[in-house]
Amino acid sequence: MITVTTPTTVDRHWPAEGVTRVPSWAYSDPQVYEQEMSRIFCGESWSYVGLEVEIPHAGDFKQVTIGDRPVVLVRDEAGAVHVFVNRCAHRGVKFCRVPSGHVQRFTCPYHQWTYDLQGHLRGVPFLRGLKHQGGMPADFSREAYGLESLQVTVRHGAVFASFSAHVEPFADYLGPTMLTYFDRVFDGRPLRLLGYMRQRIPSNWKLMFENIKDPYHASLMHVFLVTFGLFRADQPSAVYMDTTGRHACLISRRGEQHATSDTKDIRNLREDFTLHDARLLAPVREFPGDATVVMQTLWPNLIVQQQSNTLAMRQLVPRGPGAFELLWTFFGYEDDTEEMTLKRLRQANLMGPAGLVSADDSEVMKLSQDGIAPYAEATGVIEMGGRDIEDTEHMVTEVAIRAFYRYYREVMGF
Amino acid sequence: MAVPLAVRYEIEELLAEYAAVLDAVDLERWPEFFTEQCFYEIIPRENYDRGLPLAIMRCESKGMLKDRVVAIRDTMMYEPRYMRHMISAIRVTGESPEGMTVEANYAVFETLTDELTRVFNVGRYIDRIVHEAGQLKFAEKHCVYDSLLVPNSLIYPL
Repeated sequence: MITVTTPTTVDRHWPAEGVTRVPSWAYSDPQVYEQEMSRIFCGESWSYVGLEVEIPHAGDFKQVTIGDRPVVLVRDEAGAVHVFVNRCAHRGVKFCRVPSGHVQRFTCPYHQWTYDLQGHLRGVPFLRGLKHQGGMPADFSREAYGLESLQVTVRHGAVFASFSAHVEPFADYLGPTMLTYFDRVFDGRPLRLLGYMRQRIPSNWKLMFENIKDPYHASLMHVFLVTFGLFRADQPSAVYMDTTGRHACLISRRGEQHATSDTKDIRNLREDFTLHDARLLAPVREFPGDATVVMQTLWPNLIVQQQSNTLAMRQLVPRGPGAFELLWTFFGYEDDTEEMTLKRLRQANLMGPAGLVSADDSEVMKLSQDGIAPYAEATGVIEMGGRDIEDTEHMVTEVAIRAFYRYYREVMGF
Repeated sequence: MAVPLAVRYEIEELLAEYAAVLDAVDLERWPEFFTEQCFYEIIPRENYDRGLPLAIMRCESKGMLKDRVVAIRDTMMYEPRYMRHMISAIRVTGESPEGMTVEANYAVFETLTDELTRVFNVGRYIDRIVHEAGQLKFAEKHCVYDSLLVPNSLIYPL
């Protein structure tokens, strides 16, 4: 018997089972979304905004969105990196209109207020009026109308920003385990930018984090990964989290690839699929240790992807409760050989909106939203691997989703 | 540039047949439009214009095209959909011993069974076309798309 209640009658109480349940309203309620924007994205979090290699020179800039707030990432003449709100201090115009580029100064198109690369207001046309008429009041001070500046931190080439003045230092924010895995890819070597992919996925942004914190699905739905032994339930693997539960790493180590009794549940395993052109895969080990895949989810807007030789930042930009944008920035290292760059570009076929693997995810996230949103009174079940929140040395688990929601509830007050 | 009418006719036939095969999701025939050593990519315009090499689909041989087809058929999970290609403003922009360079605008519409038809992807083809055993084949096909934000997923080739 299905009890139907209309969304307006849903009270926002988390189910009594706690972290093993997620209520549907968390994915569809506009008020929950508004609260997420203020408490999570404008709260005490470090949001990913870009790579230093994207803005190598003074005056290079890039538009970014944190939560749903537009900001600008820019490098000044002294080499320092700033993040400003993309909003003129005068009338609120989103003054920066192109995705990326190079400027001497930012000029608002409306009344030509001009800001330098440190965000100081430098020019106000007709400040003292024209022919003794008009002008700003005598006590108007340009110093008081600079661009609002965010906290910025740079870790080995990756730039993060925060709206909060009280956010903890980045290394503490990640915690030792997450920092170790972050530094595994960002080891201080100069990066090489390979390009971007962008997609708009019609689902709640949290479903993307759930997806990457969920190794259970990866070995079932992603037949391509499983077929080529790139990520399989029977491989040695692990799920690690920070102490708060907001960040996590999924780690897979390559093992033998053949059907066993352990893989009989993988319904679609295609052992007869061999590639016409083996160059599509052909990964090489490039990091110390035996992990071949490390997918790191960093609260509140970043997935650091190391899948064989594809390295990418996946940045989440929520667009209302029912949609988000996923912005992929692929990179390698400046000292990569031409052959290594080609491997990265070829393996990128697995990722992105057309990814042989990732397209499965964007497709299923739409289906999730389609099934969740209309049933606001329903709940999802997260009990694979138990009901606890402990680091796990296998991938038949949803533990990192439980951890995520434990922290989510704390921040949101649910 | 001016080319004999018969050549232009042949190019238009090739593109029309190409569109028809993709619209019919006759995917097994798709690699046959290409040479063995072909290069095919679907690349966002922001990468192409800035000289960034990353493509969302990149095939460096007919074999890789075939692998993409097998994956679409047998390994990928996606909702059913219809695609419809409109190809126009076809121009031969260069001719050399390596073949003809042909550019064309394209618009691809997508229809999911439970949604209104939408403009899925708009851009231009930049092709290098060669004669092979009496037929025109793509030696290179670059689908450079303006629609930077892909609506959810791109399953079928453009």
